[in-house]
Amino acid sequence: MTDTAREPPPLHTDFHEVEDGEDLFPESPAAQQPQPASLPALDISTNSNGPKQDSLMDDDPEDLFAGATEEVSLDSPERDVLLSDGPSPAITPITPPTSVIAPRIGHAHDDMFTHSSFDEIEEEEGGDSFDVHISVSDPEKVGDGMNAYMAYKVSTKTSLSVFKQRDFSVKRRFSDFLGLHSKLASKYLHIGYIVPPAPEKSIVGMTKVKVGKEDQSSNEFVEKRRSALERYLMRTVKHPILLKDPDVLQFLENSELPRAVNTQALSSAGILRMVNKAADAVNKMTIKMNESDAWFEEKQQHFENLDVQLRKLHASVESLVCHRKELSVNTAQFAKSAAMLGNSEDHTALSRALSQLAEVEEKIDQLHQDQANADFYLFSELLGDYVRLITAVKGVFDHRIKTWQKWQDSQVLLLKKREAEAKLQFTNKPDKLQQAKDEIKELEGKVQQGERDFEQISKIIRKEVGRFEKERVKDFKTIIVKYLESLVQTQQQLIKYWEAFLPEAKAIS
Amino acid sequence: MCPKCHVSARKWQRSVEIFEYRIKPLKSKVTFDFRCKNQNADEILNFLKVLESCFKIQLRSVSVDLNNDASLVIDIPDALCERDMVKFTVHTKTTLSSFQKPDFSVPRQHEDFIWLHDTLVETEEYAGLIIPPAPPKPDFESPREKMHKLGEGEASMTKEEYAKMKQELEAEYLAVFKKTVQVHEVFLQRLSSHPVLSKDRNFQIFLEYDQDLSVRRKNAKEMFGGFFKNMVKSADEVLISGIKEVDDFFEQEKTFLLDYFSKIKDSTAKAEKMTRSHKNIADDYIHISATLNAICAEDSTANKKSLEKLSDLFEKLRKVEGRVASDQELKLTELLRYYMRDIQAAKDLLYRRARALANYENSNKALDKARLKSRDIPQAEEHQQQCLQKFDRLSESAKKELTSFKGRRVMAFKKNLVEMAELEIKHAKVSLTAHPIKHTV
Repeated sequence: MTDTAREPPPLHTDFHEVEDGEDLFPESPAAQQPQPASLPALDISTNSNGPKQDSLMDDDPEDLFAGATEEVSLDSPERDVLLSDGPSPAITPITPPTSVIAPRIGHAHDDMFTHSSFDEIEEEEGGDSFDVHISVSDPEKVGDGMNAYMAYKVSTKTSLSVFKQRDFSVKRRFSDFLGLHSKLASKYLHIGYIVPPAPEKSIVGMTKVKVGKEDQSSNEFVEKRRSALERYLMRTVKHPILLKDPDVLQFLENSELPRAVNTQALSSAGILRMVNKAADAVNKMTIKMNESDAWFEEKQQHFENLDVQLRKLHASVESLVCHRKELSVNTAQFAKSAAMLGNSEDHTALSRALSQLAEVEEKIDQLHQDQANADFYLFSELLGDYVRLITAVKGVFDHRIKTWQKWQDSQVLLLKKREAEAKLQFTNKPDKLQQAKDEIKELEGKVQQGERDFEQISKIIRKEVGRFEKERVKDFKTIIVKYLESLVQTQQQLIKYWEAFLPEAKAIS
Repeated sequence: MCPKCHVSARKWQRSVEIFEYRIKPLKSKVTFDFRCKNQNADEILNFLKVLESCFKIQLRSVSVDLNNDASLVIDIPDALCERDMVKFTVHTKTTLSSFQKPDFSVPRQHEDFIWLHDTLVETEEYAGLIIPPAPPKPDFESPREKMHKLGEGEASMTKEEYAKMKQELEAEYLAVFKKTVQVHEVFLQRLSSHPVLSKDRNFQIFLEYDQDLSVRRKNAKEMFGGFFKNMVKSADEVLISGIKEVDDFFEQEKTFLLDYFSKIKDSTAKAEKMTRSHKNIADDYIHISATLNAICAEDSTANKKSLEKLSDLFEKLRKVEGRVASDQELKLTELLRYYMRDIQAAKDLLYRRARALANYENSNKALDKARLKSRDIPQAEEHQQQCLQKFDRLSESAKKELTSFKGRRVMAFKKNLVEMAELEIKHAKVSLTAHPIKHTV
């Protein structure tokens, strides 16, 4: 009977309504109500979570985690109810224009732990409403042998008018994502927009899947890729300009998409890309820009440092993931060995205790495995994404330098032409003179354009970097909280397991 | 007279011979320290059970104190580490008249301990006893390797990171050192608490002789002889396992010990791997914490505080992980390792007994042959009698030893498993309190 009380009124998909009257967690009066969906800060009416909102309003910088008064107690039946009756992660509550929802990572119990109280309340220019949620799911193998590929279902749920429907899905394959990225990059990168990079190709991983190896590592590979694709799309649509791009809309909406062939690694386009990259790298080293704007210099330095640090951190976290996986394997092996030892032990109480020890260790090994996954999917992938993102940011800065170079080049050319014209003045070649004057006019136009371009790209970059930093802060905060919670959970489970074992050990006589 | 169960104190005194107890009030706990003279584990456990029920106390730990006889107390108060060699200071306090002084210390090396062990093993009289296993050689390989790697990687680390890694390394080095001291100490203490072995002449020499023992130690020839003996022994083992066992008790013990030995050896190896993984994770936490520190030093965004907290957390966590690893090693891995060696010693006893049985059977055959040939009958009879006597003596002593061994083993397992579980809980709770997120502990 408690279930019916807990079930949200069937007509409303919006949990906001439920919060108004009903107390979802009657047993814990003192506990803060965990919000099943991330309700935006501004929208909370006074009758729910009053004290919590006060602390948020203060935005106490000291206790950053004040809002996270989630009672992470594992026995709470409410949690199970939430997991079973709760909304699927894809449902987005209707939010007012000024807050942003943190990206979901696709786990069912995300809703419990998303803390909207972390969202910064700020005005965004233009009052963009952000209400798009994309999920990538159901990887399916299509075809056979070397021509096989994985098709992913891309589901979009939105209330924005720029989309034709509110809730729709399409099937896409990995090269489609890469194709989208390359189109966006060619359109926007050189103007200064930070286009989120697509997940990396992996020939080895993909070949395993194609060949049909149904083992743990290929499953993990597919899951890793699915998660990365989801994050990629969410980042892309969060960008206000990219969201409105027709290629993006087409990608999300059209049931059929022309195959992007030039994204293949071993194609001619691929090789051309690599050559271009190398050329760019050489150019970068030779261009020396007179930076008049200290802001850019500072930011560039900042991103360089951040890049180095994040790479180092990423490497450490990857090592942690690897070691934790090792720990899980070793614990499992020890559990088996302890079980065998318990079997051959002839003292009954000790034998029982050893078998119990084996069971505890087996559960613990699963715990370590889960924690390693959290380590990876939350922490390590976040860092990997940001390492790639910062590469994109650096690319944008490089484009600015290129634009400046172009401008300078045309200025130099103009000067030369002017000198040539001046020389021509003294000779008697009227048609050549006219030609020179035309060229000069053209060049003057170019120079002006160059200057405008440069200013434009600088302006855009400033805005983009501001947006990027904001996003980064938000992203990191959310993920850090989630990750900490996973650590807490692991420790609590550990305590439970050992406390269950203790009486068995004491019972040995 | 016990007020609760009205058991006369004298009765307990007779069977357990408590001669000392201390009550140490410790906040809400009261500690009773009992030193029991009697080595019979079952009796001790019975006594403790009665105590538990009488006073409704919970016995938290059974201190398997081997220094139970005040007449001979041995400890290793300090040790010196010189390159590859460890010099132990063996300190003896005794009331026995067989020693020249009541309180004295001598320096000993690891090889001296091995000499003592091997001498005892080769002493015919002690064939019916479980000789405590020799302590393993001090092994500083693991921390040394780590130090080497640390030196190589120094350039890529920040100063603090390097300092922390060094700290961890020093702690590990110290742990290995403490372990080896303890294991040598326990070896001597087991000897001193054994009613027969404590009176051994060589043992006394080991404790007392203030000159270098290397003269008496195995020289190269003897060592080679020992190696050869081991080889012969294992060939014999194969031979002897074919002999029919006359006593059910020993048949069972043999099967049990052989099986248990292989299982415990496997468990020891796996437990070691687990501990090493924990240590690796603790090291990773150091690097992560240091890098996070570097990032948030440069960060001026709102992330700064949360990154600082995360970095702090990892710093605290790495200490906890390190503690978990070393506790697991002490309570679990070391326990398994020690009893693996002890079981080997028990197996050796069984082997010696089986040898005696084989000799007896051979003497029987020789007697039959002599009777057939009607020659040398008295010698053959005499020989046969001797073999029989030796075998019987061995069997009797072995039975006693093996029974008390089992009790000892069960107690030690209980103690260590309980302590390990408690420590794991404690560490998990500590790491929870380190978290900046509020939660129910």
